[in-house]
Amino acid sequence: MDDILERFLRGERRALARVISRVENQTPEGREYVRALFPRSGRAHTIGVTGGAGSGKSTLTGALAAEYRRRGRTVGIVAVDPSSPFTQGAILGDRIRMQDLALDEGVYVRSMASRGALGGLAPTIDDVVAVMDAFGFDYVLIETVGAGQDEVEIAGTALTTILVNNPGTGDDIQAMKAGIIEIADILVVNKADHPGADVLVSQLQALLALAPAGSRRPPILKTTAIRGEGFGALADAVAEHRAYLESSGGLAEQRAQDARHQVLSIARAILLEQIRAATPAEELEALVLRVASRELDPHSAAELLAAAVRR
Amino acid sequence: MTAPATKKIRVLIAKPGLDGHDRGAKVVARALRDGGCEVIYTGIRQTPEMIAEAALQEDVDVVGLSILSGAHLELFPRVVDELKKRGVDDVLLFCGGIIPEDDTAKLEALGFTAIFRPGTNTQDIVKFVYEHVSN
Ligand SMILES: Nc1nc2c(ncn2[C@@H]2O[C@H](COP(=O)(O)OP(=O)(O)OP(=O)(O)O)[C@@H](O)[C@H]2O)c(=O)[nH]1
Ligand SMILES: [Mg+2]
Repeated sequence: MDDILERFLRGERRALARVISRVENQTPEGREYVRALFPRSGRAHTIGVTGGAGSGKSTLTGALAAEYRRRGRTVGIVAVDPSSPFTQGAILGDRIRMQDLALDEGVYVRSMASRGALGGLAPTIDDVVAVMDAFGFDYVLIETVGAGQDEVEIAGTALTTILVNNPGTGDDIQAMKAGIIEIADILVVNKADHPGADVLVSQLQALLALAPAGSRRPPILKTTAIRGEGFGALADAVAEHRAYLESSGGLAEQRAQDARHQVLSIARAILLEQIRAATPAEELEALVLRVASRELDPHSAAELLAAAVRR
Repeated sequence: MTAPATKKIRVLIAKPGLDGHDRGAKVVARALRDGGCEVIYTGIRQTPEMIAEAALQEDVDVVGLSILSGAHLELFPRVVDELKKRGVDDVLLFCGGIIPEDDTAKLEALGFTAIFRPGTNTQDIVKFVYEHVSN
């Protein structure tokens, strides 16, 4: 292997950048890097930032990172934007909102395209986050794609999930009802300089009051990310969430749950690859057509595919 | 996770200097996106240091600079310097905007492989990137 890992371990940012690319491209070296670096991960506090398109996730991520810098901490940021389903290309524009950090040696910002993954993240997000964590950042912030209600994947990638809402948009409460509130450890009403922020806060409070007794109520905070207002309180709330996880035993439980999810989803991908490899494309196509014409049911067809692997 | 190993061409489109107009840069960014590239767009008013640092952090294959202010001979050498300082010495460089023919040789000597002037078909830029970036 080349000397990239050595340079990575010495703290060279260019080596970090190269490692991330290879991990993201799922090359054989990339897998080796993850294998070598994973044992060093698990120290950073990983924080997911999710919410609707344009809600201010990038600006807020930048402002939260700036708050950590004021506290003398280092920050890695992964910002995901969608890939085009037609061309697989992407415009990754989250950096535009993080310009104040551009030359800060304690901050590293990486843009990632979603590359077809659902759930607002990217196929290799967990590996990339582990690599950043292993590099030694105190915090790794993860900005998801600004989608509607399918951002739930972030809860399995970050220890603390921040859900960003805006006043006056009306559909936020709707999104809450759809169940997204379960993934939020902290609720933020961003763009608090706009009218209606306090109304939204009380609506959210009313909604949270319906949660089962005894369960943790996520705090609700107001921020104005473009002015950097509210970030001391937000960083404190993140720290409180971590302390809660540690004292309630939730941390170990969450880590186990995330690991279970990750291992099973990788295993699923490996098995799918094996299934594809065991059945020639024409045979698969023929089988699929038999299902399409109702000659065969999908369960029996899938059993046939699985049986081909065991042979 | 199921997707096979994929290498995407990553391009940084940046606007150094103080001119506040980035329509051209955005058109190029979109053309490259439509051509299947992952384009990192950083917005206007970038210093040479910011551009080089973004190129490093994003591990791009290509850096495209767009300029209209006429300050290219002042700013582009500084971008190249800042890239070198960071060991980013293997990116494909191109530029676009209002750049007199007379400056072509100087920019080529700096390492710019192509200069796209107003009126360029954006498809030519996409083709250029694919022809010069080895996978
Ligand atoms: N008034 C006001 N505008 C804000 C605030 N925070 C962000 N914005 C603006 O909202 C717009 C979107 O901000 P981004 O940070 O790019 O939002 P985002 O959620 O990352 O957007 P996507 O990644 O495209 O989904 C920008 O024009 C910001 O300047 C705020 O606190 N107040
Ligand atoms: Mg964003």
